[in-house]
Formats: sequence, structure tokens, C-alpha cells
Amino acid sequence: MEAGEAKSKKAGGPRLCCICNQRRPVLKRPKTLQQICRECFYEVFEEEIHQVIVVNRLFKSGERVAIGASGGKDSTVLAYVLSELNRRHSYGLDLFLLSIDEGITGYRDDSLETVKRNELQYGLPLQILSYKDLYGWTMDEIVKMIGLKNNCTFCGVFRRQALDRGAALLKVDKLVTGHNADDIAETVLLNILRGDIARLSRCTSITTGEDGPIPRCKPFKYTYEKEIVMYAYFKKLDYFSTECIYSPNAYRGFAREFIKDLERLRPRAILDIIKSGEDFRIATTTKMPEQGTCERCGYISSQKWCKACVLLEGLNRGLPKMGIGRARGGINGDHTRETKAGSKSIETKQCGSLDF
Amino acid sequence: MACNSSGCESGCNGREKENGGKTEEVAVAGGVNQESVCVKCKCNEPMVFGDGGSEDGRFCADCFRNNVFGKFRLAVTSHAMITPSDNVLVAFSGGSSSRVALQFVHELQIKALKNYEASRDRSLPVFGVGVAFVDESAAYPSLSTGMVDAITWIRSTVADLSPPEKDLHVVPIESVFGSDSLEARDRFVKLLDSVSDETGKEDLLLHLRMLSLQKVASENGYNRLVLGSCTSRLASHVLTATVKGRGYSLSADIQHVDARWKVPIELPLRDCVWQEITRLCHLDSLKTVELARHPQSGINDLVSSFVALLQEENPSRECTIVRTAAKLTPFYFNKIPETDDSCVPLATQRRLKKFNLKYDGSMTTEAFCPICNGPLNRSDSSDLNTLDGCLETDDVLYAACCSSCRFQILPQDRSSLEHFGSLLPHHMISQAKHQKVNSQAYLRERIKDCLLLDNEEAV
Ligand SMILES: [Zn+2]
Ligand SMILES: [Zn+2]
Ligand SMILES: [Zn+2]
Ligand SMILES: [Zn+2]
Ligand SMILES: [Zn+2]
Repeated sequence: MEAGEAKSKKAGGPRLCCICNQRRPVLKRPKTLQQICRECFYEVFEEEIHQVIVVNRLFKSGERVAIGASGGKDSTVLAYVLSELNRRHSYGLDLFLLSIDEGITGYRDDSLETVKRNELQYGLPLQILSYKDLYGWTMDEIVKMIGLKNNCTFCGVFRRQALDRGAALLKVDKLVTGHNADDIAETVLLNILRGDIARLSRCTSITTGEDGPIPRCKPFKYTYEKEIVMYAYFKKLDYFSTECIYSPNAYRGFAREFIKDLERLRPRAILDIIKSGEDFRIATTTKMPEQGTCERCGYISSQKWCKACVLLEGLNRGLPKMGIGRARGGINGDHTRETKAGSKSIETKQCGSLDF
Repeated sequence: MACNSSGCESGCNGREKENGGKTEEVAVAGGVNQESVCVKCKCNEPMVFGDGGSEDGRFCADCFRNNVFGKFRLAVTSHAMITPSDNVLVAFSGGSSSRVALQFVHELQIKALKNYEASRDRSLPVFGVGVAFVDESAAYPSLSTGMVDAITWIRSTVADLSPPEKDLHVVPIESVFGSDSLEARDRFVKLLDSVSDETGKEDLLLHLRMLSLQKVASENGYNRLVLGSCTSRLASHVLTATVKGRGYSLSADIQHVDARWKVPIELPLRDCVWQEITRLCHLDSLKTVELARHPQSGINDLVSSFVALLQEENPSRECTIVRTAAKLTPFYFNKIPETDDSCVPLATQRRLKKFNLKYDGSMTTEAFCPICNGPLNRSDSSDLNTLDGCLETDDVLYAACCSSCRFQILPQDRSSLEHFGSLLPHHMISQAKHQKVNSQAYLRERIKDCLLLDNEEAV
């Protein structure tokens, strides 16, 4: 069956939640298409995440854990659910929110306000580190220096490292991020499309960087984006919808649209893609590419200097174009086809949350 | 260059008439740097296909053709796909890919025949070629009328490819259910009807198609089965397999050789893209027949249109996808099983050695899904072990299947499993029951050089 709807239709009379069989169902669970009530939804949603944490032994009691908080829906729900589970199941974690202030006027202001409210709402301490703290430059200053055109190179590189640098600065044991099942499925597909076998073998790991200074983990690995939105909606959680204002073309890419289409046709496909990613037969030698550290800052890097340090060096020497790769766009599309082919990327966002 | 101007004198006018305005469009698109001579031989006039694809107008007809045939021949020789003593069955659907596969195998055979006639001792026999067409009209009743014409056309196409003469086997897909054609058809229709998932139905049909090809191959003494699958087809397969959670077994499906079947499957066109195939058909006037399929709305179709979109964005995307999947570790059966056949020429043996991939011995599997014949991951097959001693057909069937077939082909309602099992071809059911015996035999095969007794009794 593409959809599991038939079950609920069999039962005659007034429809009841197919989990508790008591209350009226108010939603169709995106992952399973079961019609369930709100209470049961909270229950299964939280319990699944708890199981993922337990089965994968994500945390040890007494650990200091930073939740990467952007104010967006994923990290907001993550912060809420984690603090709830920490209390309920006595994980014994020292949780706090870690936010990065890129220094983009009018962009972070609102989302940081959201995170600040979350601090109060969930009783979690908040640490904000600015790009100025981490890199010595704000995004606005960078844009002033290089113009709007190439900022996404900086955006992506700096953002990718910001949380790790911040976590190292604050001496945490673990960093958790709100990457959800849709994100991971998308990454699996993109790595296949790009031919990146090394990343393909790593991208479904629930914990990464265990050999590095600070392991990162993704408790939402099996959680559907739609369910996260639904949870935030019903719980009336306070979140900020983030889109990078410096990236007006951060449209949904082919891969993301494809995943949404798949989900409509067969909700389980997202989990199946992740399963495939976990099961791919990849030789162990491919799995561990040589990874050194940056000579300047100690961050993981395959080159002598990491990308951020190269970009910073350029900025500091007044040569901002240094380290910026080949220009984007200009795909040699056939103009007779629909133009959308040429103007779209296969990725979701050029500087989006994927790398966060 | 000449073709960009309206007054082209290099004979493009005639072609422009044929292709409508397309030639011009391509030139304007800037995708083609039109030279007046072929970039390979630097003397002949390049071909302009006007299909809007990449590399149009770069090669002359001969060089284009040689290039495609060269890829085919390299695949054949480097994997010892066809040796003189072989009897090869080509699966021909009437479509472009299998038409090209058939053509190329035919050309190899002609060459082999010439060599045979020219050689003094006539020591190397010429390999045999047969053609199989699977009649799927039982699945698509609307096809029935067109099928008669299609089969007539296929007969004449195959007849035209002689000498050397080729047997044609037209196999109704329901033949795997037994020799009584009415009863077989009835069971086939019932089985298909009991699969509610559209994609599951399509895939089951593919599995049954393969079973019928295997059946006709082994019943008629063929030892190789050639399929026309090209890069583009495999690229779609990589993504559909990923989306269906079949990541583990994927690498088995996309290699040049797949010997998990009784008659090993070979994909000599694995390295040719669809565009090359269609261009070649156009160039050599190879006719094809398209049987109208029923409209598909499942996962497979969604993936196909996704791949088409990607291909538009980047013409080499299909190749990249297949190249990624090719980096996955293949299975022990992804090569022609070694034989003592002294007919394999030394040169072939050497080439085989040179191209043979390294196999990771620790990653082999021993159990296969009875429905799709995909190798099972340990996590999937763990259920099999917990069911020790339980021989109820339905439980064994469920436990023996891969997670993908469980979801999209088996009935969701466990109580109807037994009925479903009774509809499956005998071959599939017996495979489920003998799963364990098979795996035992396979394990034995791997350690036989260390065993002191020949028979099972030693265990
Ligand atoms: Zn309920
Ligand atoms: Zn940006
Ligand atoms: Zn660095
Ligand atoms: Zn030429
Ligand atoms: Zn299967």
C-alpha cells in the first residue's frame, strides 16, 4: 500500500485515534499516515526521539551538551524536546543553547530574539557568540568589503565552522544539531549525484567527529521535517523562520523537491533513503579519508589551512577574493528548454542550514 | 562554424530539412562548438543529430559508431562476457537499447565467423546467439492487439540478422507459472492483482520477467544472458534502489556481470548513455518498436523524471550517478564464474586478470530475497535465524524477503500471506524454503579446500 489509510477506514462509526482509541484524531501523522490525537502525537514523537537517544547511546550522564540554536524550527523543537526528555528520563545532562550571531543587520536580530525567549521559556541557559568573537569580522563588514556577490562562500564556510569553534571555546562535551530525516535523505542523494563516496559513507552517521575534539550528534536523524513543524505548531512553540537575506536565490533545490514528491507518494521513502545510506557497501578504506587539521586554528582540514583561515587571511590582507572558488551560475543550459533548469541548483540552499 | 551561418555549404541544408529548425537551435544554444571536420579523425564531416544533446556535431558517423561499439567491445572482452564456446541469449524488448545490444552481438558473431572461416585449424568455434522476447500482454490486456504486430516485426528483425542464424524465443511472461497456459495466466493475473502498491506491482513484473528469461535460457542451453541496460537506465536504477531502501543490494545490480542467476546476466552496454544509443539507432536506421505501457504513477516514474531533470541541468549527471554506485563494493558473484574451459584464450584470461576488481571477502552474503533475488543484509536476514524450526510457508516467506519486497510486494495483512505465497511461482517459494540450505552450500563452497570429507555428512 502506498498509503496506510485503509486501516482507519475499516472502523465504522465515529473515528477515533488509532493509538489510544479514545480521543478524536486531529492529525494524520506524516511518517505513517495514522490518524491520531494530539496527545498521542506528542507521545510518539517524543518517545521515538528518546529511543533514538537510548539505542544509539548518544549521551552520558553528566555531559555538558550544547544545542546549536538558530531560532529556526528544527533547533527550537530540539531544544524543547531535549530539555523535556532530560527532565523526564533523568539523562543528567547539562544542556544549554549555543547561538551564533553572524552580525547581519536585521537578520539575526529577530532570530536571536527568538532564542532569547526560548532561554526563558525552556529554562535553558543561552550563550551567544558573534562572528566578531570567532573570526574578528561580522558578516556586514565582510559584505562591505567584498560586495553581495560572493558572500555565500563566506556564509557557508564560516557558518559550518562557527558552532564547532564556539563549542570548543565553551569547552562542551557534545554538540547537538537539529538536522532532521529530510536533511539527511537529501544529503544522501546529493552525495550520490556528486559522486562523493567518502561523504556518502559518513553522512548517515548519527554521531560524527568522535575522533575530533567535540562530537556532534543528530537526535532528529529519523524525525520527519513535517512532524517537527507539526509539533511546533500544536505546541505553539516560538520559532523564527530563517532564510538568509544575503541569498535571495536560496530556493528549494531539485533534490529537496524530489524528496517532497517522494514523501507524498510513499512517506516511508525518507527513512528508506537513510537506510540505504546506512547499508551501502563501502570499503572501510574509503570511509576514512586522510583528515589533518588546520595549521592555524586546529579545525579539521584536508589542506594546510582550513577554508575559513584562507578566507580570513584574504580579508585581513585586503584581498577578499582569495579562496573563493569558481563562480556559480552560468550552467550551460539549453535555452530552448524551460529556463528553470538553468537557474536552479540541485541543492536546497547554497548557504543553508544543511551545513550549519 | 559553417553551420552557424544561414548559408552553410557543407551539406547541412539537407539535414536541416529533416530535423526542422533543431540544428539551428543547438548552434545558438552555444552547446556545440561546430567544427567542419570530425574531432577524432580530422577528415570526415561531423554528424549533426540535432537532438539538443551534448557533443553533437563533433564526430563523423564512423568515429561516433566506433566509439560506441568500442565501449561495448571493451566491456565484453574485459569481463570475458562472450567466449567461443558460449551460447548467448540476447533479451530483446523491441526498444533501442536492446536493439543496439542485439546488433553489436550480431556483429561480433559475424567477425567470429569470418575468423573461423579464415583460420586453418578451425580450433575456435563460433559462439551461438539466440534472441528472447518476453510477451507481457497478460499484464497489460490493452497490449494484446499490438502484440501480434510487434511479434511479427520482431520475427522479421531477427530473421534479417542472419547469417549466422539466430533462434527466436517468444516467452509469455506467465510461463514461469507452469506449462498449462490458461492456468498459468490465471495465477499470474491473480498474483499481480493481489499487490496493492503500484510500484511494487511494476517491480514484481520486472522480477517475473527476469525469471522467464532465466527459464527460457536454461531450458534452451544458453549459458549467457545479455541485457541492453545502458548507463541512463542504471542511473535511474541507482536512485530507485536508494529510495526503496535497497542500498545494500544495489551494487550487485549495476556491474557488468551478475552471476547470482543460474544463467549469468551481462550488461555490455553499461557504459553507453541513452543518447548514444538513440543516435546510433538513428544513424544505422535500426528500427525499434515501442509497446505502449500503461501510465505509471509510482516511484519508478518519479525517479525517471527526476533523472531527466538532472540530466538537463548537467549532461554528465547520469554517468556520475553510475560512477558513484560503481564505487560501492560489488559481490562475489559479480564476475563470470571461473571454469576450466580451455577454450578461453590466453589473451582473454590476461585481460580478465587486468580488469578484475578486488573483492572484499568479508563482505559477501549468502542469502537472497526469494522475490527480487537481492542479496540480504545481515540486519534484514536476522529474522530468518530467529525463525529456526518454524516452517509455516507464510512466515518463512516473510522472513526470507528483503525489507523492500516486504513493504511493496507482500500483503500488509499477515493473514493473507499464505494465499499470496500460493500464487507465487514455484521457483520463488522453493527459494524461500531452501534459503538456509543454499546458504549452507555456499559456505561449504568457500571452505571446501579445507574440508577433509566430500559430502555433507562431515557436518
Ligand atoms: Zn490518541
Ligand atoms: Zn548566504
Ligand atoms: Zn583554520
Ligand atoms: Zn571521424
Ligand atoms: Zn526482495
